[in-house]
Amino acid sequence: MIIYGVALLSICLLVGITLGQMIGKVMGIEANVGGVGIAMLLLIVMANTSKRYIRIDPTTSQGIHFWNAMYIPIVVAMAAKQNVFAAIEGGPVALVAGTLAVVISFLLVPVISRWGGSPSSSAASNTVSEKTGTAQ
Amino acid sequence: MIDALVPVLQKNSLITAFALVGMIIWVSYWLSNRFTQGRFHGSAIAIIVGLLLAYLGGALTGGKAGLADITVLAGVGILGGAMFRDFAIVATAYGADFENIKQSGVVGMASILIGVALSFAIGAVVAISFGYTDPVAITTIAAGAVTYIVGPVTGTALGASSDVIALSVGAGLVKSILVMIGTPMVANAIGLNNSKSAMIFGGLMGTTSGVAGGLAATDPKLVPYGAMTATFYTGVGCLLAPSVLFLFVRYLLN
Repeated sequence: MIIYGVALLSICLLVGITLGQMIGKVMGIEANVGGVGIAMLLLIVMANTSKRYIRIDPTTSQGIHFWNAMYIPIVVAMAAKQNVFAAIEGGPVALVAGTLAVVISFLLVPVISRWGGSPSSSAASNTVSEKTGTAQ
Repeated sequence: MIDALVPVLQKNSLITAFALVGMIIWVSYWLSNRFTQGRFHGSAIAIIVGLLLAYLGGALTGGKAGLADITVLAGVGILGGAMFRDFAIVATAYGADFENIKQSGVVGMASILIGVALSFAIGAVVAISFGYTDPVAITTIAAGAVTYIVGPVTGTALGASSDVIALSVGAGLVKSILVMIGTPMVANAIGLNNSKSAMIFGGLMGTTSGVAGGLAATDPKLVPYGAMTATFYTGVGCLLAPSVLFLFVRYLLN
């Protein structure tokens, strides 16, 4: 049933945000610390264990795939509701600070990527894990 | 006809948003194929069109939510709000490989701390070079260069004036928008083509909206890895900016 997939996704997000807010409270800030990241990890763990024990049947995963495919449209809507006007009217300090932060952070991506071993291309490591998956 | 249509669009605002976003994406992919043979990604064009419409919405209404401030298009605010955004981001994790995340977890987390400190330092230097001398104002503007959420959270905590807080939001918005537009353009040059560099990218940039939009327009397969680290960034920023980083700024200025 498609709704099982949608419900699984919802439960992961709700649990993740709750945990994220609890972490925020412990840190003493009114913010959700990594709640979405925790929800993603939950979903990944569930999807992987259920491959071994229970099977998420194809109709159930359609409920997840639909929202995966809605991601770009949602991002477009998100772009359309940004306060672009304020960003441009914010004055030179805001423009220079924001722009420099982005440019220098971009430049640092390849520098840090060199740390901790050579980057394996995700496509290559995906095929490796798929192969070990079928071997089991 | 218009008189009959407008109330329907208003009453069914989320459905209106689905129709509008669908049309934006259709036009964008048509532009991409017709004029760039698909080399400039349709989703990148769609995001830029979204930002342009948001500017128009802000200019027409004077509101804060871009296109969503136009009453008929209020549904765009729901579809593009944090609830649906987070829901769809989690859904992208369904295809992610846990081994890749484990492999790059430590360097990904380290990149969050480096990213927050770096953006803060750049914001602080810019604020000082524009003549700010008050440590509270400098910290607030610097926190805005972290994200547009960390800026006001920090400014409120330290008691900054509202025009300085507005500046910090502006800096964060500029960052988020530039990441959305710039990422697909620089992706090749900075090696943004595997799960590890995507996690580092998310940790360095941190703005969830920027990373979400930028990676979507670059390669949707990278989204879960970048989003994973980016969602921790704002929390870390809210923690460090009004405390350790503020004390550091005050110490340096005295």
